[in-house]
Amino acid sequence: MVKKPKKRIDLQPWQDPKAKPYIHIEGVSKDFDGHVAVDSVTLSVFQGEFFSLLGPSGCGKTTLLRMLAGLEMPSQGKIYIDGVDVTRRPAYDRPVNMMFQSYALFPHMNVEKNVAFGLKQERISRSEINERVKDALRLVQMETYGKRAPHQLSGGQKQRVALARSLVKRPKLLLLDEPLAALDKRLREQTQFELVTIQEKVGVTFIMVTHDQEEAMTMSTRLGVMDHGRMRQIGTPNEIYEYPNSDYVADFIGSINKFEGRVAEDETDHILVESEEAGCELYVSHSADVPIGSQVKVAIRPEKVMISTSPPEQKRNSTRGIVKDIGYLGDVSIYHVELASGKIVLATQPNLVRLAERPVTWDDEVYLYWRAENSIVLMT
Amino acid sequence: MPTKLSPFLKTCMILGYAFLYVPIITLIVFSFNSSRLVTVWQGFSTKWYVSLLQDDVLLKSAWVSLQVATLAATFAVILGTLAAVALVRLGRFRGRQFFGILTTAPLVMPEVITGLALLLLFVGLEQMIGWPKGRGILTITIAHTTLCMAYVTILVRGRLAELDLSLEEAARDLGARPLKVFTAITLPLISPALVSGWLLAFVLSLDDLVLASFVAGPGSSTLPMVIFSSIRFGISPQINALATIIITAVAIGVMGAGWLLHRKKY
Repeated sequence: MVKKPKKRIDLQPWQDPKAKPYIHIEGVSKDFDGHVAVDSVTLSVFQGEFFSLLGPSGCGKTTLLRMLAGLEMPSQGKIYIDGVDVTRRPAYDRPVNMMFQSYALFPHMNVEKNVAFGLKQERISRSEINERVKDALRLVQMETYGKRAPHQLSGGQKQRVALARSLVKRPKLLLLDEPLAALDKRLREQTQFELVTIQEKVGVTFIMVTHDQEEAMTMSTRLGVMDHGRMRQIGTPNEIYEYPNSDYVADFIGSINKFEGRVAEDETDHILVESEEAGCELYVSHSADVPIGSQVKVAIRPEKVMISTSPPEQKRNSTRGIVKDIGYLGDVSIYHVELASGKIVLATQPNLVRLAERPVTWDDEVYLYWRAENSIVLMT
Repeated sequence: MPTKLSPFLKTCMILGYAFLYVPIITLIVFSFNSSRLVTVWQGFSTKWYVSLLQDDVLLKSAWVSLQVATLAATFAVILGTLAAVALVRLGRFRGRQFFGILTTAPLVMPEVITGLALLLLFVGLEQMIGWPKGRGILTITIAHTTLCMAYVTILVRGRLAELDLSLEEAARDLGARPLKVFTAITLPLISPALVSGWLLAFVLSLDDLVLASFVAGPGSSTLPMVIFSSIRFGISPQINALATIIITAVAIGVMGAGWLLHRKKY
């Protein structure tokens, strides 16, 4: 199988305007009897990427995946794989394989036969089939389980066999439909990294569907957030987390504090928002290109909000309130601070000292402040 | 630990089973009776089995019944499976619901009406196109197929509906064409329903008196027809012997099928 030339971290073809997309989805829509499941989605995925489609259930991500597999036909739009238009090709005639959420292992065949099934549909000699099945099972560390029936395997083992079965045909694109949803939490975390390692080893382009934002963040090179059939934002995990382009994306990934306010200044290097809700002037160090006086929201992630018992030096991006609640998670604590406006602000602090020695506790008056470059303006 | 049944429940159970099986056991016991009278026990004998082997009429009708049942069950399984696949897998085509009702309607249709309708059809067809020539094994088989197919359709339809659709999709995704998906994935997975459908159809056909009476011709009397007509001259213990043989065969068949299905459970 193809070795990748570079490490994943260096591979950022989406920033290169000349790079040719490997998978290209152009204005694809799908409606089921009047219900629009996918609404004109355009997306480019590059060779060797691990792309995640993220969104709540019913947002159309699985339908999009099934259209890539050829299990659904788009109502509109085109799908190109490696430069070839595959929009109207049936599932059995596409260089694409899929790993199903239920794993869909054939219950009447043992592990080896399951993995060999795809190869048997091609004109491949028996000895080569055996060789490739063995390789695929070795890749997922299941080589000793070849004669087992699927019902004799645990959830994690089934998942591995399903992965081997979908990789053995060396597809140009592998689709994964909630690949880890059926596993328990510990196994899921371990499998996340294994899946990435295998993907790097085989160099196949992966597109995964998940509703678990943590999973999408850890595993993917880039991800697309979907809502009601539309693609809301596409970017690296870092971009999506730090620079969400809308209220929806900001809320969907992690938790976030939002203050409503009125734009007072909008310069090339900053924007100033007056907010009664926050009880202070909000200074954001990027421009938003909005008219003075319009209503916007300024957002700040809880872990970027600092807490102190003495007033900070800065006057902007600084407010105070009463600690109403403390969520103790072991490594961090989440402070729920009520401002004078009644707004609850979340602030996450690492527990650098033990709980009993903590300087801030319930009903304390505290100051909250943050750095201008850590907040963002949300338009919608 | 198995739960202990209360004496009351035990009695109920014993009475229930007795209600179901005492008649059959009586029949088996009296097939070994040496007396000609069915109601009087005179001593053990196997002479009715011997005389059964010499009764050409009974043997011939048994042979007709077996042929009809085997053919009808096979055709019913083929047609019933096709109908079930169309109903479950072809999506919402026009007239799907109507087709569903039509396939299963023979279940609730009084057999007398079906029988009469088929008889009229066969006679009419023979006059118009000269086929089927007369009435016999062929016409009985056709009649039984129409009835049994409805049962098979219902059985296979249930099995197909609960079959994980992603199994077939996975096969398609792995490069199998639709026909290959059906033979390599769908068919093996619904095989338990096919086997039980075949057995059910076989037994239904073997047992049918009404339909067969309408569409049978001279020389093609089925076993139930012969037994039924011989009752008018009093029941011969031969019939008991024959019934014992049939019960044994059916029991072995059902147990064998059960064992087969149990062995490959997924």
